[in-house]
Amino acid sequence: MSSLLEPELIEVMEHSNSDSEDNQAALSAQEKEEIDQEATHYQQRFPVGLEALRIVQKHRGWISDETIQAISDYLDIPVAELESVATYFQLIFRQPVGKEVIYLCKSSSCWIMGCDHLQKTISDRLMIKPGETSEDGIFTLLETPCLGDCDKAPVLMLGEEMHRNLDENSINALIDKKKKYYADKSSD
Amino acid sequence: MLTNPLTKNIGQDNVAADINRYMDNDGYRGWRKAHSMAPDDIIELVKDGGLRGRGGAGFNTGLKWSFVPRGEDSPKQKYVICNADEMEPGAFKDRLLMERDPHLLIEGMAITAYAIGASQAYIFIRGEYHLAASRLEQAIVEAKQQKMLGTNIFDSSFSLDIYVHRSAGNYICGEETALLNALEGKRAIPRAKPPFPQVSGLWGKPTVVNNVETLCNIPHLVNLGVEWYKNLGLGEDAGSKIFGVSGKVKNPGAWELPMGTPIREIIEKHAGGMKDGLQLKGLLPGGGSTDFLSTDHLDLPMDYDVIGKAGSRMGTGTITVLDDKTCPVGLVLNLTQFFARESCGWCTPCRDGLPWAVKILERIESGNGSTEDLELLKEQCERIAPGHTFCALAPGAAEPIQSALVLFEQDFINHVTMGACPYHSISTTTPLTKHP
Repeated sequence: MSSLLEPELIEVMEHSNSDSEDNQAALSAQEKEEIDQEATHYQQRFPVGLEALRIVQKHRGWISDETIQAISDYLDIPVAELESVATYFQLIFRQPVGKEVIYLCKSSSCWIMGCDHLQKTISDRLMIKPGETSEDGIFTLLETPCLGDCDKAPVLMLGEEMHRNLDENSINALIDKKKKYYADKSSD
Repeated sequence: MLTNPLTKNIGQDNVAADINRYMDNDGYRGWRKAHSMAPDDIIELVKDGGLRGRGGAGFNTGLKWSFVPRGEDSPKQKYVICNADEMEPGAFKDRLLMERDPHLLIEGMAITAYAIGASQAYIFIRGEYHLAASRLEQAIVEAKQQKMLGTNIFDSSFSLDIYVHRSAGNYICGEETALLNALEGKRAIPRAKPPFPQVSGLWGKPTVVNNVETLCNIPHLVNLGVEWYKNLGLGEDAGSKIFGVSGKVKNPGAWELPMGTPIREIIEKHAGGMKDGLQLKGLLPGGGSTDFLSTDHLDLPMDYDVIGKAGSRMGTGTITVLDDKTCPVGLVLNLTQFFARESCGWCTPCRDGLPWAVKILERIESGNGSTEDLELLKEQCERIAPGHTFCALAPGAAEPIQSALVLFEQDFINHVTMGACPYHSISTTTPLTKHP
């Protein structure tokens, strides 16, 4: 069981992500283009900050100090302002996360329908508690506020995809599918 | 007579109506009609229609709009914001409307912007609603192509751009002044009111913030008129509403029904009643921040003031049912954990008071509570009551606690006297976790 707070893991994650562009300070042309597009929606600079954090995180998985500096340089927003926003919002990650983030809904309807049992299934299977990343670096488990699909509870969001009316079997099938995907990918 | 204006384009399949289908089905007629009217007349019409805010507060929408300064000497720049930050525990109506009929929301926003004289509008959508956000973005592109949005709409001097702003989590963003700070690129901390957003909102300019479902009511209200709209409701309140039921019922779901539909009809007829072997024990009428109602309240109509007089709030109108095999203390603990985690930390009674309430509830649920804890919990609800904090998060969090202490008093006492949870539910004492 490895906590996100353990520096060893962060090292592992940084290493495992180094083949992509993660943690390279400078923004890529693609990132800049997407940020510029969002910037046309606002007459001010500041609101573009959160959009930029969101966009860059989409490409890099998480927001490092270097990334904040790069966005700060590009948008001319003070680092402290960006940092205050980045640490505030739940969907901006200031630490590395797995390749797949599991957002498990823990709100009232899902609780009534047994989300604690689902969490136990996930935690036992992947040996992680909420807030932690599995040792293989694939999964991060997060508890999330109500996902607004309460009539299909219990639910979770995997990446951007909703999974509804879950039980132990469907959760295990979902994890199997993802594990197989990454196993196939690494053997290619 | 049209009785389902909000869902008439929503079928069984999970697809959004494109603009052609939307327009073939009378879409954008309300917008055309509104554009031929004087803005003040639209505000009067919406006020007379009796449309009340569907986000939960139930404030008269036209009246809300009327507080925006108008006339030559008013600020030139005004904003309309759609609050699409649906995150209330147990609420699942705005997702449905945005994913399945995005043009209805766009049309409602266009009329609202025209009525208050705004040339820019934002849809503030929670970051988790990926499908809804992309469908709305697609709908905006289509509406621009058909010249329903953009510059010089209908060859007039009126121009309007609508943008989708994807937020990044946090329940507090649904509070309208916290939303404004978030949209301005700051931490989402509530502002003091007054000044109200209608006078000084986004970047200090007059701003109207309306819920998704509220805005979806506008097109047909304008198109078909006040009389038709009022007649949709069965009782005091006008119009129709998305009501929903979640929890252990046979057929959980959401349905568009007349305002004033009795709770019993929603739960028993539409949701099919409780699952076999379970009894209804209580219900949250409109999300996690509303007071529990008991089985004595089943024949009440879902009207704002009726539910208010019964000691709760209609809130979002999406009902969460509590059955007799689920622990009420566990449910209240789950809700309080949610509010404690979602507190923005700005006001002490909320930041410190809610985790304290969580600790007390954890003690009781795990069988380590005392009778003093029950008293302490009651006092705690008073400390986070309205007036002690900037916004309504903490007072909202107190609602399920204080009502559960009354309605399910025996359950709380049983936990204390038995020294265990009589329902043997799985441990609910998961500690609050920090996001990475």
